[in-house]
Amino acid sequence: MNTQVKTAASSSPVPDYIRASKGIWSWLTTTDHKRIGLMYFVVMISLFVAAMGMAVTFRLELFSPGEQLFESDIYNRLLTLHGVVMIFLFIIPGIPAVFGNFFLPIMIGAKDVVFPRLNLLSWYCFVVGALIALFSVTLGGIDTGWTFYVPYSQKTDLNVLVPILAAFIIGWSSILTGINFIATTHRMRVKGMGFFDMPLFVWSLYATGWIQILATPVVGITLLLLVFEKFVGVAIFDPAAGGDPILFEHLFWIYSHPAVYVMILPAMGVVSEIIPTFARRTIFGYKTIAYSSIAIAGIGSLVWAHHMFTSGMVDEARIVFSFLTFFVAVPSGVKVFNWLATLYKGSIELRSPMMWCLMFIFLFSIGGLTGLFNASLSIDIHLHDTSWVPAHFHYTIFGGAVVILFAACHYWWPKIFGRMVNERIAIGTCIGFFIGFNLTYMPLFFAGTAGMPRRYADYLPEYTIYHRLSTIGAVILATSILIMIINLVRSISKGKIAPANPWQGATLEWTVPSPPPTLNFTGEPDTSRGAYEYPVEVSDG
Amino acid sequence: MANHSAEMHEHAEHGHYDPMANKIGMWTFLFTEALLFGALFIAFFVYLSTNTGDFLDCSSELNRIMGAINTVVLLTSSLTMALAIAALQRGNKRLSLNLMLMTLVFAAVFLIIKYFEWSHKIHLGIYPKSELMVNRAQGDQLFYGLYYTMTGLHGLHVAIGAVLILIAMRKVQTGGVHKTKFSFIENVGLYWHLVDLVWIYLFPMFYLIGR
Ligand code: HEM
Ligand SMILES: [Cu+2]
Repeated sequence: MNTQVKTAASSSPVPDYIRASKGIWSWLTTTDHKRIGLMYFVVMISLFVAAMGMAVTFRLELFSPGEQLFESDIYNRLLTLHGVVMIFLFIIPGIPAVFGNFFLPIMIGAKDVVFPRLNLLSWYCFVVGALIALFSVTLGGIDTGWTFYVPYSQKTDLNVLVPILAAFIIGWSSILTGINFIATTHRMRVKGMGFFDMPLFVWSLYATGWIQILATPVVGITLLLLVFEKFVGVAIFDPAAGGDPILFEHLFWIYSHPAVYVMILPAMGVVSEIIPTFARRTIFGYKTIAYSSIAIAGIGSLVWAHHMFTSGMVDEARIVFSFLTFFVAVPSGVKVFNWLATLYKGSIELRSPMMWCLMFIFLFSIGGLTGLFNASLSIDIHLHDTSWVPAHFHYTIFGGAVVILFAACHYWWPKIFGRMVNERIAIGTCIGFFIGFNLTYMPLFFAGTAGMPRRYADYLPEYTIYHRLSTIGAVILATSILIMIINLVRSISKGKIAPANPWQGATLEWTVPSPPPTLNFTGEPDTSRGAYEYPVEVSDG
Repeated sequence: MANHSAEMHEHAEHGHYDPMANKIGMWTFLFTEALLFGALFIAFFVYLSTNTGDFLDCSSELNRIMGAINTVVLLTSSLTMALAIAALQRGNKRLSLNLMLMTLVFAAVFLIIKYFEWSHKIHLGIYPKSELMVNRAQGDQLFYGLYYTMTGLHGLHVAIGAVLILIAMRKVQTGGVHKTKFSFIENVGLYWHLVDLVWIYLFPMFYLIGR
């Protein structure tokens, strides 16, 4: 990729980070946070496309009742792999690994993260984990679902240990990134930038870092216990030896609920960057947004058992967890209102990053509001393990975190590669995505309330209409995403040369050349402007 | 421009020395470690409350003397490690190296005692999925399951800590770590204290709750 990029910055004396050195080896041994971010992106997006292919495949199986393409055993394996790849290999590293790595140091006026070599180590942990996870496919795959619940995961064949080990290793990648970002935020801010002068994306990464270091080890050790129990025979969760499978569920969700904030908090940070830029208006309620990130990280650590309302728990605990779950929706709601207030009376420019953001607010609100139904004890008893649940979490994770990952791609692509993305195609794929997305998941809400269970390869004829719509939607959705990716990749060589500040953004990354030089800043970072001080006059735009 | 970028280059290649950043990094890592063991503590206390009788019986079967000796050994090793750091900060390289060597000896003693405890139990047929074990009460199986897991994981941490101390000694010898640049050895010390701290909880949990 590095030979084709010719940019506006080529006149500047310092080479940009892509052309600074050549050859695959210079990438694999780099400690440049920007290159590491890109390397994450390449691995993650390939895995995403693969997992999307699996989803479309098993959706085709669901086009009609009965067996179409393969038996239910294959369905289970595809579904599990889809879940494992999407969660552990794609969206948990997600925005922090790619855009956090790339932009956190630039946004605080630093030359790199504080531990550059540790940063490269996290990438290698991630890649090794990903390879191990993919290796499990060659063993025939696994069929436990992405949650690895005992006692089933103890009974199914030994292969299940492979992705579990992978998830464990990837956990370390996440922890190391968290440590790096926290220390970087504390120590690397340019002189004069206090915590409350930081862009909100940095705030969200900071809060995310704390979740990563405090929650990940819990699931790490839990997965390790699974390995010990299955491999060495140590009695821990096995009911025959007096163990309690529900303890596994608790330990699993103590991490895996906060993990959803690892996915969504950075996304919310990106939204807080994009909306002010395209509304040309300072962000409404900077401090409330910053604090609500911390509040989400805090309260979000106390709600895990809402995944277990039907698993067996005393009523008092269920009531408390139900209440806390409603409560954690409050800071998220605060953010949504802040964004809307920022838009109000702004001079909105509807460019593709902004379109994705507006779509996010719509889809994520549906995801959030349907989550409240799950949070209500009595209603959840009915909805639990129906297709309502996948519908709900795709609206939040996919419609939330992944949509914003796409928004971030369109927003920062000119900075990363120094080329503009074709805007007409970008907007077209955005609209296609919107139609496909709702067509895929909206029917699953209805099927779920009518009793369609999740994780089933087959269904009764009365659910046919929902599944048909959903499968058609999935094809439209996947097609739009593929075209979007092609459009992005094509622009790297074919796009118009990007100026330093194509969107008139106010944060520091727009003051450096596109693409930035290896050490980000050619002089001292210009801190005279606040992160949300508009309008920005652009000389070379 | 030129002198500026030379300085920046230095940074990008080697990272500059920022003891505060190293300390923040280490502390956050220790939080991670604490929660790693935290999940095991939760499991222990859950099963203690559901199988109290069996747990107390099994606890009585452990060798308290050995456990107590190991506690003293580890506590002392924390002291020698702390003194080693203090010695280096005062510029006494020799003393610092000797103190770290003592810490290493203590670590070895700890692991050897642990080894004898484990092998004695295994000799008696008390290990996961042994014939004896599967016929014992459920609470016993859980107790020993957790015993092997938690002391095993702790032992692994002791071993890792020992390797880190070895590296620290090497760095002190070669001068990579010295009087004014001691962030590394300080962090190794922090890690070692955590290992010690975990044992301070494991000891009463496993050895002292019995009759
Ligand atoms: C084209 C894109 C996608 C399609 C068509 C799709 C479709 C589906 C469907 C229909 C299910 C439920 C199957 C069942 O319960 O029987 C499912 C499960 C799941 N999906 Fe997706 N999905 C897509 C993208 C994503 C993304 C982006 C994520 C997360 C980042 C994700 C995460 C999951 C997870 C975690 C499960 C649950 C797996 C399990 O039950 O163990 N999916 N997907
Ligand atoms: Cu949750």
